Amino acid sequence: MSESNEPEILFGIYCPPHPQPLLSPDASAGYGKLRAAFDECRRRIEESEADIILVYSTTWASIIGHQIQALEKAVWTHVDDDFHYLGSMPYEFAMDTEFAHAMKANCEKRGLEARTVEYEGFPIDTGSVVALQLLNPENRIPACILSSNMYANRAETIVLGKAARDTLAAQGKKAVVVVVSSLSNRMFTEHIDPAEDRIHSQKDDDWNRKILEFFGDGRLEDLSQLSRDIHGQIRVQKVVAYKPAWWMAATMGQHNNYDGEVLAYEALHGSGGAVITLTPASGSVGDKEFDEDDVEFYRGDRNVLDKGMLE
Amino acid sequence: MADGQKGQIVAGCLAPHPPHLVYADNPPENEAYSEGGWETLRWGYQRLARKLKNIDYDAIVIFTPHWQTYIGTHFLGLPQFKSKSVDPVFPNLFRYNYDLTVDVELAQAMHDEAAAQGIITKMMKNPDFRVDYGTITSCHLLNPEWDKPIVTISSNRNTHYYSPEVMVEQATALGRACAKAIEESGKRVVLVASHSLSHRHFVEEAPLPEDMSREHIYNHSQYVWDMKIIEMMREGKSREVIDIMPEFTEQTIAETEGGGLIWMLGAMGYPEFPAEIYGYQSVIGTGNVVACWDPNDETREYVL
Ligand SMILES: [Fe+2]
Repeated sequence: MSESNEPEILFGIYCPPHPQPLLSPDASAGYGKLRAAFDECRRRIEESEADIILVYSTTWASIIGHQIQALEKAVWTHVDDDFHYLGSMPYEFAMDTEFAHAMKANCEKRGLEARTVEYEGFPIDTGSVVALQLLNPENRIPACILSSNMYANRAETIVLGKAARDTLAAQGKKAVVVVVSSLSNRMFTEHIDPAEDRIHSQKDDDWNRKILEFFGDGRLEDLSQLSRDIHGQIRVQKVVAYKPAWWMAATMGQHNNYDGEVLAYEALHGSGGAVITLTPASGSVGDKEFDEDDVEFYRGDRNVLDKGMLE
Repeated sequence: MADGQKGQIVAGCLAPHPPHLVYADNPPENEAYSEGGWETLRWGYQRLARKLKNIDYDAIVIFTPHWQTYIGTHFLGLPQFKSKSVDPVFPNLFRYNYDLTVDVELAQAMHDEAAAQGIITKMMKNPDFRVDYGTITSCHLLNPEWDKPIVTISSNRNTHYYSPEVMVEQATALGRACAKAIEESGKRVVLVASHSLSHRHFVEEAPLPEDMSREHIYNHSQYVWDMKIIEMMREGKSREVIDIMPEFTEQTIAETEGGGLIWMLGAMGYPEFPAEIYGYQSVIGTGNVVACWDPNDETREYVL
């Protein structure tokens, strides 16, 4: 599949999934700064000519391939599993159903298992609810949400991003790309006073700041290449890999030609929460040979053991 | 409730919650329609449900891995929850309208006892909270009439945050605290650990999900591990089941990682009597056993 037909990505946003910036922004100075950064992103989206907000959420785990939210009007009241005492999150989101269905078809063309979900009461995850409530409160722009398959590794995730590019290009839609994910994701396992929130460890903080340096320099593909290291160093091993930078790079373009801006970096119950924007630009930083292979089609498990069997 | 008498755990059930089993049953509460499937598990469940009908009990306490909390262990803390549960992974199969009651007094007592023993705890009192589909599925299959109050206990993510060994320590401590609270409550309680054994899923689904010609265990290694665990259950070696659990959990990415079975066997003091086995079958590749630990020598059966 060639990329002669380039999609128009206006900018990308990387933001945290925790509900504090939505539900309790005044509980600490840090939560307030994250909220202000979300608000700034909302203003930029309003001023842009975006046709769609495309969300990839690490808190929406899927098993059967890649799930795509397609319900035209998704209405519910969401409550977080841990932070239920901070309050409920009523929502009413407008989804771009046309995009969702085409996205499914394009995933399948590239070898991915994919399906749309269109059910009243489907439990949209905390991260997606927080992001869409704060970034697009009036539903001015239709959205689409993509799940994060818990078994998927790099090849699948890169191909998922490319399928998103195919779809945006084919429909001629200008997109704001939103990745919902923490940086370091280790939280404190006890209740804390929000005013005393801090990053869980010095190591997590050091890594987060290094990642933010890369984002600030617009080095998205470099971060994508570093994903496995990031996973090993500062991610609780809940899923097989740290995938957000893979998907973001594959969707926005696998290079370092971005203007990056870190709008906020604060602790969210110990985890690293950052609101970052990346805007496609000219000029690139540190163009190097990349270690990781590029992938156009997903061909499933490689069945290495079967192939290695002696006759 | 028997006044002045000590409360007790009258049964402990290992009750897996693939939503496929409710889907296959076609109860009026579920919106999806099926042509059946997974009878080995469903018929086993029906037999266990009949047994529970003959046991005198006041409440079901269920530990679920689909209410995942990172900050301590949480307990349902309001008397009623009514809503629709839509499975986030299999929404095509499970959209279940529930209306359930909670034994808040018992929940609070377990919460307080756990807290007194240094376990991080929280009561969940948000009326908009949606009860997880693990609770709904296991409780529906064990008690389709929903005529007993329940308490759901969340799964603290110790396995991922620390290690499977830490989960054994933490879930056992929680189990002991719950058992003490139950004893002091004077109530007769059925414990439920809601989860599968081996837990590798296929990432593709048959066009007709209940097409049983497509159903099988993900791989033979998962099967052999599951059989080893079930054999130990049959032999009354529950302490050994817990001892081998960290390795089992890692080797088969088992749903025991959530801590439910550890919590339940810990609460029951590691029973040395055999577990009743009601059925084993795979669901979308995962390994599932329906089992019951009946502490009553008079009523304990050799089922399968
Ligand atoms: Fe489960």
